[in-house]
Amino acid sequence: MAAPRASLHLVARVWNGGTRGIRGPSRVLAPEGNQKEGRSLLRFLADRFHDVEVLRDYLLRKQVMKVNQKNRPFIYIKQRYGPYVAGAYFILKQGGAVRFQGKEWIRPNQRGHFSLDFLKLQAVPVEAVDASGCAINYQGLDSLLALKELQSLWLQHCPHVDDWCLSRLHPLASSLQELSLAGCPRISERGLACLHHLWNLRRLDISDLPAVSNPGLTRILVEEMLPNCEVLGADWAQGLKLGPEEQSRDPASPMPA
Amino acid sequence: MLRSALLLGLGRGPLGRGLSTHRGGSTLDWERKVSEIKKKIQSILPGGAWDPLYNTSYLPPEHADVVIVGGGVLGLSVAYWLKKLEKPRGAIRVLVVERDHTYSRASTVLSVGGIRQQFSVPENVQLSLFSVDFLRNINEYLAVVDDPPLDIQFNPSGYLLLASEKGAAIMENNVKVQRQEGAKVCLMSPEQLRNKFPWINTEGVALASYGFVSSSHHMETMSGEEVNLKRIHEVHVKIDQSLEYQPVECAIVINAAGAWSGQVAELAGIGKGPPGTLQGTKLPVELRKRYVYLWHCPQGPGLETPFVIDPSGTYFRREGLGQNYLGGCSPTEEEEPDPGNLEVDHDFFQDKVWPTLAQRVPAFESLKVRSAWAGYYDYNTFDQNGVVGPHPLVLNMYFATGFSGHGLQQAPAVGRAVAEMVLEGHFKTINLSSFLFSRFYLGEKVQERNII
Repeated sequence: MAAPRASLHLVARVWNGGTRGIRGPSRVLAPEGNQKEGRSLLRFLADRFHDVEVLRDYLLRKQVMKVNQKNRPFIYIKQRYGPYVAGAYFILKQGGAVRFQGKEWIRPNQRGHFSLDFLKLQAVPVEAVDASGCAINYQGLDSLLALKELQSLWLQHCPHVDDWCLSRLHPLASSLQELSLAGCPRISERGLACLHHLWNLRRLDISDLPAVSNPGLTRILVEEMLPNCEVLGADWAQGLKLGPEEQSRDPASPMPA
Repeated sequence: MLRSALLLGLGRGPLGRGLSTHRGGSTLDWERKVSEIKKKIQSILPGGAWDPLYNTSYLPPEHADVVIVGGGVLGLSVAYWLKKLEKPRGAIRVLVVERDHTYSRASTVLSVGGIRQQFSVPENVQLSLFSVDFLRNINEYLAVVDDPPLDIQFNPSGYLLLASEKGAAIMENNVKVQRQEGAKVCLMSPEQLRNKFPWINTEGVALASYGFVSSSHHMETMSGEEVNLKRIHEVHVKIDQSLEYQPVECAIVINAAGAWSGQVAELAGIGKGPPGTLQGTKLPVELRKRYVYLWHCPQGPGLETPFVIDPSGTYFRREGLGQNYLGGCSPTEEEEPDPGNLEVDHDFFQDKVWPTLAQRVPAFESLKVRSAWAGYYDYNTFDQNGVVGPHPLVLNMYFATGFSGHGLQQAPAVGRAVAEMVLEGHFKTINLSSFLFSRFYLGEKVQERNII
C-alpha cells in the first residue's frame, strides 16, 4: 500500500543519494520560493503517495476534459439546421457573440442564456463572430470552419488558441477580411506565418501577444507577407529601443535599418 | 617441492650434510613457501579485495523485460508507448541503452526537422498524420505536472514539393493517395505558385503540391523446410570507457540503433548464413552521411516560406525571424561521402546546392553560409523505408529502424505500432505488415517515389 512504498522511496533516495551515474537530477527538488505553499504540499504528497498522485492526475484530466466537452461538435444541430446555425450555436454556447448577414449581434446575457430565434435562419450565412475569451481550441474550430462566408473573426484573449489553430484557418481564406488575435497567450510568430493563406484579409490585430519573441520585427515581417492588409499590433519601434544591457542579452534582433 | 629441496640438500657434495640444518639458514625455505601459499589462497578468493557490499548502482539492472538498443527518438518512442500501453501499471521493465549521452552523433538531434504527409505509400501517410497529432497534443502525452508546458517550436508552414514534367504524373498519383488517407494537400500550377510565392522562379516546374499540416488521431489503412530459430537470452551492456559489462537478461530486444542498426543486427547473428537464404539475409541498413547548411540571406523569402523541395532534391526551410535558412541536398549514389566521420564538405554546397538554390529562388544568389553540420541517415539500401516488427528467425529481436531520413517524422506512430506488436503480438491501430523484415528475403520492395 502507500506507506510501505513511501518508506521504500525514502530508503532508495538515501541509498542513491551519494552516487552519480546515469540517473539525472532527482525530480524531487526543493520547491522554489515563489511557488504557493499549497501547491508544494500537494507535490510533496503526490511524490510520496500513489493515491494522491492519481487524484492529482484525475483533477488535471478533468480540466482538460472540460475544455474538450465545450468544443464538442454539434452533429445533430448541423444535420437538422445546417452549418451556419450549428456554428452560431457553438459560439453562443461558449459565451461569444454572432452576427448573421443583415441582422444584429446576438449575445448571451449575464447568465449565459440566449434566445433560440436564430434557429429559423438556416440559409442566412454568418458574417461576424466575436469569440473573445472563449475556450475554443483546435477541435472546436471544426464548427467555425463550416461558416464559409465569415468575414470577421475576433479571437481576443482566447486561452487555448495556438499556432496549430492558426494553421487551420486556411479554408476561410476567400471570405475572411478581419481577424483579431490580440492577447492570445499561446500564439507565436510561427503561427502568424500561416496567416499567409488569408489573401483577402484587410485588418489583422496582433497586439499584445506574449509568446511572440520579437513583436516589432514580427509585425514588419507580417506586413511584408500580407501586403494588402492593415496590421495593427506592436509598435514597430518596440524592438528598436533597446538599452545596452538588453542589447547584449538579445543578439538575434537585427540592427535598426 | 619438498623432494627437490631434499635432493638439493643431499646432492650437494662436500657441502651436503643430509637433513641437518646449517648454521645461518634452513634449506626448507619456509618464507618462500608461505608467500606462495598466500598467493594461491588469494587467487582462489573472488575479486581480490574482500569487499562483498560494493556499489553497483551505476550498472544497469540484471533483469529487464525489454531492452531497447539505441536511445534516439525511435527508441525512446517505443519505450514511452510500451509504458503507456502496458495493462497493469508497472508491469514491464524497459531498459533503454544509449552509448552516447551527449547524442553527439545521433541522427535525431542533427536532423533538419521537417514533417510532411506527402508520401506515396499509404502507411507512411498514416504514420505522419498520427505523429503530427501526437506533436500537437504533446502536452497531454509528455507534460510533467509541475513543470511549464512543453513548446516544441513547431512551424506549421507546410511543405511545398515541386515537380518537373517527368514527375508530374507521379505527383498527381501521390496526391490522390494522400487525400484518400486524409492528408490535406493541394496541387498548384506554375502561375498559382508565382502568385502565392513571388520569390520562386518557376522555370522547369510543371506542378507543385502544397501540403497543409494535417493530423489524424486514428491510424487506419483500408487491407515449410527446416529452420533454426534463435533467441537472445542476454544483452551485455558495456559501461562507457571501462572493460566492465553487465549481462542483462531480457525477454525482448528492440533494435532502434538508427544508422548503426546493421552492426547491432550482426551481433545477434542476423545475416550469418549462405547468401540467398533467410539466415543469410542481412539487415540492409547502413550509415549515410548528409550535410545540412545554415545560411543568411537578407532579401530571402518571407515569413510564409514553407519547406520547399526542388525536383533536383535540394531542399530548404526558413528558421526563425532573422532571415536564416536551413537546407541541403541528397547526393547521388556516386557522390556519397565517406561516413567515417562527421566532417562537413563545404565544396558540396558551392558545387551542388547553391546553384540549384539560386536557380529556384533568385534571391538566394547572394547568401552567406553561417554554419553547417553533418548527420547520419539510417539508410535502408533495399527500399529506403523503415523496418518494423520481429525477425522471422531470431524470435525476440524487433526492429524499429531504417527510415532513411524520415525517422523523426514517424517516430511517435512507429513507437506505438512496435509497442502494440510487443504487447499484443500483432499490429492493432495500423497495419505495418508491409514493413516487416521478411520483405528483404522475399524481394518485395515498398518503394517511396520521392525521397530526399
